[in-house]
Amino acid sequence: MVFGKLRAALKKTREVLTRGLSRLFSLGRKLDATFLDELEHVLYQSDLGPLGTRLVEELKAAYARREIAEVAQVPAFLRAMLLRRLEGAAAPLAKTTPGPTVILIVGVNGSGKTTSIAKLANHLKQQGHKVMLGAGDTFRAAAVEQLSLWADRLGIPIIKQGPGADTAAVAYDAVAAAIARKVDYLLLDTAGRLHTQKNLMEELKKIVRVVQKQLPSAPHETLLVLDATTGQNAIRQASEFSKAAPVTGLILAKMDGTAKGGAVFGIREVLPVPVKFLGVGEGMDDLEPFNPEHYVDAILSFDKIEPA
Amino acid sequence: MFDSLANALGSAYRSIVGQKVLTEKNVDEGIRSVRQALLEADVNFQVAKEFIADVKQRALGQDVLTAVDPGQQFVKVFHDALTALLGGQTTGLPVTDNPPLILMMCGLQGSGKTTTCAKLALWLRKNKKKNPLLVAADLQRPAAVEQLQSLGKQLGIAVYAEPVTARPPEVCRRGIEHAHKFQHDVVILDTAGRLHIDELLMQELQEVQARCKPHGVLLLCDSMLGQDAVNSAKEFHSRLPLHGLILTKVDGDARGGAALSIVKVTGRPILFAGTGEKPDDLEEFDPSRMAGRILGMGDVVGLVEKAQSVIDEKEAEAQAKKLQKGQFTFEDFLSQLNMIRKLGPLKKVLGMLPGVGQMLKDVDLDDAHFKRIEAIILSMSPRERRNPEVIDTPRRRRIALGSGNQLEAVHGLIKQFKMMQDMMKKLGKGGGFGPGGMGDLEGMLGMGKKGGPQSGMGGMGGRGFPGGRGGFPGGRRF
Repeated sequence: MVFGKLRAALKKTREVLTRGLSRLFSLGRKLDATFLDELEHVLYQSDLGPLGTRLVEELKAAYARREIAEVAQVPAFLRAMLLRRLEGAAAPLAKTTPGPTVILIVGVNGSGKTTSIAKLANHLKQQGHKVMLGAGDTFRAAAVEQLSLWADRLGIPIIKQGPGADTAAVAYDAVAAAIARKVDYLLLDTAGRLHTQKNLMEELKKIVRVVQKQLPSAPHETLLVLDATTGQNAIRQASEFSKAAPVTGLILAKMDGTAKGGAVFGIREVLPVPVKFLGVGEGMDDLEPFNPEHYVDAILSFDKIEPA
Repeated sequence: MFDSLANALGSAYRSIVGQKVLTEKNVDEGIRSVRQALLEADVNFQVAKEFIADVKQRALGQDVLTAVDPGQQFVKVFHDALTALLGGQTTGLPVTDNPPLILMMCGLQGSGKTTTCAKLALWLRKNKKKNPLLVAADLQRPAAVEQLQSLGKQLGIAVYAEPVTARPPEVCRRGIEHAHKFQHDVVILDTAGRLHIDELLMQELQEVQARCKPHGVLLLCDSMLGQDAVNSAKEFHSRLPLHGLILTKVDGDARGGAALSIVKVTGRPILFAGTGEKPDDLEEFDPSRMAGRILGMGDVVGLVEKAQSVIDEKEAEAQAKKLQKGQFTFEDFLSQLNMIRKLGPLKKVLGMLPGVGQMLKDVDLDDAHFKRIEAIILSMSPRERRNPEVIDTPRRRRIALGSGNQLEAVHGLIKQFKMMQDMMKKLGKGGGFGPGGMGDLEGMLGMGKKGGPQSGMGGMGGRGFPGGRGGFPGGRRF
């Protein structure tokens, strides 16, 4: 059922993407320089960055060692290479007993934080958890209203203050309320911020400190929301955000487009945290736990996943 | 690793520095690392490939000025190609004789449409004396209408909104009627973010376009976009007649390589760039400046261009040779000095070198010293200028009197001139107008940091030269 969503999203992807690997692996292709060049091209298109070139080099080396002799063996080789780089990349969300489990959501502007929070709240609620939201984006106009609308739709409580309020103060209140009302999960929203803005990154540190004042073990998860359409800058985002907050995982949003978010591989080289969820659509249910195999297949655009 | 383009360009630069001309081979070497850097900066694979071919062609077709370093020439070639790729000229918004001017914003989710709508309205009011109306046609994202209304209220800009149950094309049409009625001369339509593969929503955009006939459809592009930028931009462009692009979140550290690709595949120029969180952080886009930013360079380009325009290359070459042989005379020095003066105020010229502008913040540079040196040299006889050895003490005294300087000033200049000659003989090359020459000149001029004996510009080649030491003509050390 859940898998169906990704399938549908991937189906869309496939319909648009005409330059997928599957075409490259058509019958009769020879493992020659032209093939390798095209392969590198396709890998780059998935935002793998320099890893694309490295994979091609590894492929060449394998060919030289006679581990690979023909084009037909290439998909499995690449798949294994990519999967190896995603070892330990899937992990469930933390859960503390007693609660609340505090989840801080951070990311650059427009990456999809608020929508991801709504989806995550829905996901947790469906699992039978008591969920609360903290409207910590006090900067962007109407961000509080946006989250409040989601809270109403989901029928869950939200802690908020007026616009321009101090996010740390909202966080403080929200943690206090979450403890008092014995909720299982508290999801704390924050304003989008570019990782290059020193003062805003300092603010993030402050939010973490304030949360810890109430609950020393919190935040139990700090999830960085990344836009799958982002290129190599995502790596910078990951390393900078992790300096300001203890990032424990990623949410890869907007996976329902034609972008694959391949920067995740590069991110894991600087910040080896799990990818917790993928955002695969605009609806409340469009959030999926990360599955490395499905993800790698999506990166490689193999036709193994048949449309639902 | 990631300040890639600039670094890679640096290594490209190093690999061809010192070459007398740019040959296919040394350009190739430089270009390989540039290609890698482009890809790391998210330039689309295909676009990078074509771009590299363009750079190569330009580089090989260039006559390299003998006095200007081929490395720097290469930077300029690269910059020109990049500027061309970025659309060349600056392009403005469309105009109409029949207001209101209707602008339609579109783009992916999270690209910054709503914020940019408000910024653009503010920009139009401030710079074009317009009375804009914002139309809230993003009925998809929760509270998007409230966001636009709140921004409008904050900035004092009118917003037309309807309940979210309305249909966007209807809202836009009625918004335009509203603008007519209330004499707004610009209407900005804020549409919902959408995926380019969302058939229904893309059709809806087309309907808005068909019914409202906007004078300009603007596509918003996040500067952090990756390789997929090309796919989405192409799709938007095939559905809607794009007038131009607005690049957002330029204040981050993304190299904005995707923007290059988008310009390339749509053939549409970037009109504006969002440069910060504040409502007035919107700048008209200048391809040349952006190219400089992407390359992480100062305005070396401007400097090289200026140098090209004021320097007689044959003369510069002749002087460089003389310098190397130690035949450099006060006459040559004077003519070199004058060439530099043609470039403009010294501080500005030096400030065009990457990184130097920052270092020069606390340095007091006075062009009056050029005049002082000129006066001393002009007070010498032609024979003295050509043979500085003959200038004995009585001659020095005469020169000092004639030029209105203290004797020490004349001593100082001659001493430094001789040191420069010696140094040049040792260096053997790189004279004339390269960075080395500049540095020595700087020593000659006795530049020093305020309150400190050592100039912060040692890196430019002036280090160790006795400039900052002993009082220079006029007794004032600066």
